[in-house]
Amino acid sequence: MKARILLAAAASVAVSFAAPAFAGATFDAVKARGSITCGVNSGVAGFSAPDSKGEWTGIDVDLCKAVAAALFGDASKVKYVGLTAQQRFTALQSGEIDVLSRNTTGTLTRDTSLGLNFVGVNFYDGQGFMVPKKLNVKSAKELGGATVCVQPGTTTELNLADYFRANKMDFKPVVIEKLEEVIAAFFSGRCDVYTTDASGLASTRATSAPNPDDYVILPELISKEPLGPMVRHGDDQWFDLVKWSLYAMIEAEENGIDSKNLDEMLKSTNPVVQRILGVNGDMGKALGVDNKWAYNIIKTVGNYGESYERNVGSGSKLKIPRNLNNLWTKGGLQYAWPVR
Amino acid sequence: MASTVKGAKAPKQPLSLNDPRVRGLIYQVVALAAVAFCIWYLASNTIANLEARRIATGWGFLNREAGFAIGEGLISYGPADSYLRALVVGVLNTLRVAVIGIILATLLGTIIGISRLSQNWLLAKLASLYVEVFRNIPLLLQLFVWYAVISELFPGPRQALNPLPGIFLSNRGIKFPTPPDAAAFDYAGIGFILGIILAVVVANWARKRLYATGQTFPSGWAGTGLIIGLPILGWLIGGAPTHLDMPEMRGFNFVGGGSLSPEFAALLLGLVVYTAGFIAEIVRSGILAVSRGQTEAALSLGLTKGQNLRLVVLPQALRVIILPMTNQYLNLTKNSSLAVAIGYPDIVSIANTTLNQTGQAIEGVAIIMLVFFAISISIAMFMNWYNKRIALVER
Repeated sequence: MKARILLAAAASVAVSFAAPAFAGATFDAVKARGSITCGVNSGVAGFSAPDSKGEWTGIDVDLCKAVAAALFGDASKVKYVGLTAQQRFTALQSGEIDVLSRNTTGTLTRDTSLGLNFVGVNFYDGQGFMVPKKLNVKSAKELGGATVCVQPGTTTELNLADYFRANKMDFKPVVIEKLEEVIAAFFSGRCDVYTTDASGLASTRATSAPNPDDYVILPELISKEPLGPMVRHGDDQWFDLVKWSLYAMIEAEENGIDSKNLDEMLKSTNPVVQRILGVNGDMGKALGVDNKWAYNIIKTVGNYGESYERNVGSGSKLKIPRNLNNLWTKGGLQYAWPVR
Repeated sequence: MASTVKGAKAPKQPLSLNDPRVRGLIYQVVALAAVAFCIWYLASNTIANLEARRIATGWGFLNREAGFAIGEGLISYGPADSYLRALVVGVLNTLRVAVIGIILATLLGTIIGISRLSQNWLLAKLASLYVEVFRNIPLLLQLFVWYAVISELFPGPRQALNPLPGIFLSNRGIKFPTPPDAAAFDYAGIGFILGIILAVVVANWARKRLYATGQTFPSGWAGTGLIIGLPILGWLIGGAPTHLDMPEMRGFNFVGGGSLSPEFAALLLGLVVYTAGFIAEIVRSGILAVSRGQTEAALSLGLTKGQNLRLVVLPQALRVIILPMTNQYLNLTKNSSLAVAIGYPDIVSIANTTLNQTGQAIEGVAIIMLVFFAISISIAMFMNWYNKRIALVER
């Protein structure tokens, strides 16, 4: 709490003293500093959480690493800052972090009134409900009168109120800011229901439940939650770099380039592959980085599919199917603009 | 023919920098200008930067629909209400926990403070133990412990403990029967308030008579009788209904009756138990500050121990106690903002949600600061007024 107030106060002070931002300021500052400061979630397994060795892993963390790999050729040049839902925008506005990669939902209000921009979508999600099996609830429509655990300052909190209003049901919210605390409250039985993005539910069930089989995730998804990274207004070159770091991973998967066959692919005669890997063309130069930018990303982080499977898919505890997050060529929504 | 006139004014000196008054004035003007410039610079630069970054500003959001729900409140509120109303719910929740907390912490602290001076060895040691333990553990930690105790120890609502008919203890809080909307209970409420007023009147009259004639009057018993008797009388006049609005298990949770949420209970417990440790020490030091001769004199006059404490020691101790006590009241109120950690919807929690949903951090933080400033200054002013009153009576 104190930390957040301090942060908000710091933001006010920072905004008070800072000179107006110039185009290119973030890009140049990051380059001069030699590392990226990346705001992440403090603990959603699969998205961003420190592992047993204290190293940050997850699909959101991979995005930070990808940007570092593109800019410095070294994915380890990232400083991670764990943020709560309520701290995240202030931290980015005040310049404490350079990129916010913290399963954040893009909405019109956020895109327009925060002085921030959404870069793209690295995970298509929807809001769901999790309940203990013993309550025998089969559908979200049966939740009238329930007590619901939710984190404040999220779109989740608003969707929840909207959904119960639309279905003329009552509920009692228990609103706790720290993820660890809200999860503890749910598993101790303080609430009947825990609601957040379906991926977050799967993550929580797999990693925090005393016995994962005692909990069910209800079939209804009550919202669209396009999750993606954000940057500050005022530096379009920085915006471009983050955007194309994400696209490079998706484009690589679409073209069959992964971290294992990468060096063979350098010899490929396919002009698309050649452009992505910097064998041909000046794509990197256009972004203001080395022409090997995408090569470096795939070398250290892998393509989008590899990152997905390793963190949230079949290679992880969460086992979330690709569905919407599959490539557009395979019936999903992941579609990168051409590297050309 | 120069002659001096007695009483003539000193000749007017020309304004000079050697005149300390002139220098003082100049310093003050310069200091004021510097402060004003700083404020102007910060404000204008903030506004310019917010505009340059296209971050929304202004207070227009207060009238927009809030869209989020709040767990508990003293006034009705729904997601369709405005941010302003949500914030008012938060302020009332803060005041609720602060006011009840201050009253309970004062009672508990006074009892423990007096117990520490007790001649009963066990009681005195237990009170010392209490003070040392609760004063030295961080409040946030205590809040987490109380919250965990309530939500882990008590069963779910379907297996709620039922110690008395109509009272249910579960991890959803305490549910208890409430009087329904009947005229008899309104009469009883009026009787209660009337009882308090009459008790104060009787006490004042008894004191005046004591000073005038020396005759004592059992005003304590009379007051208790009035405060208990009048509500019963009101209830009887209303037809003595015995029906109560009982909580009842339906679906997920209890319906009907009143309830105390675990968040409120944990926060109140934490604040009261923690602050009472400090208040106990203040009360103890206040009593020790009254010299022993006062007590000996009172006892030799034939006052009982209780009368000595009530009539001689406490009135003098109060003068020492009031000012540090004010600090504790302010601390308790400000500490109530730790509510965020355990999910009690106080003003900090709701203003934080608001600033996050609207993205207007500066306005949100300003609201929190204003609210706490207003509450703190009110408490301080009331306590200063009370302090003056006590001091006057003494002299």
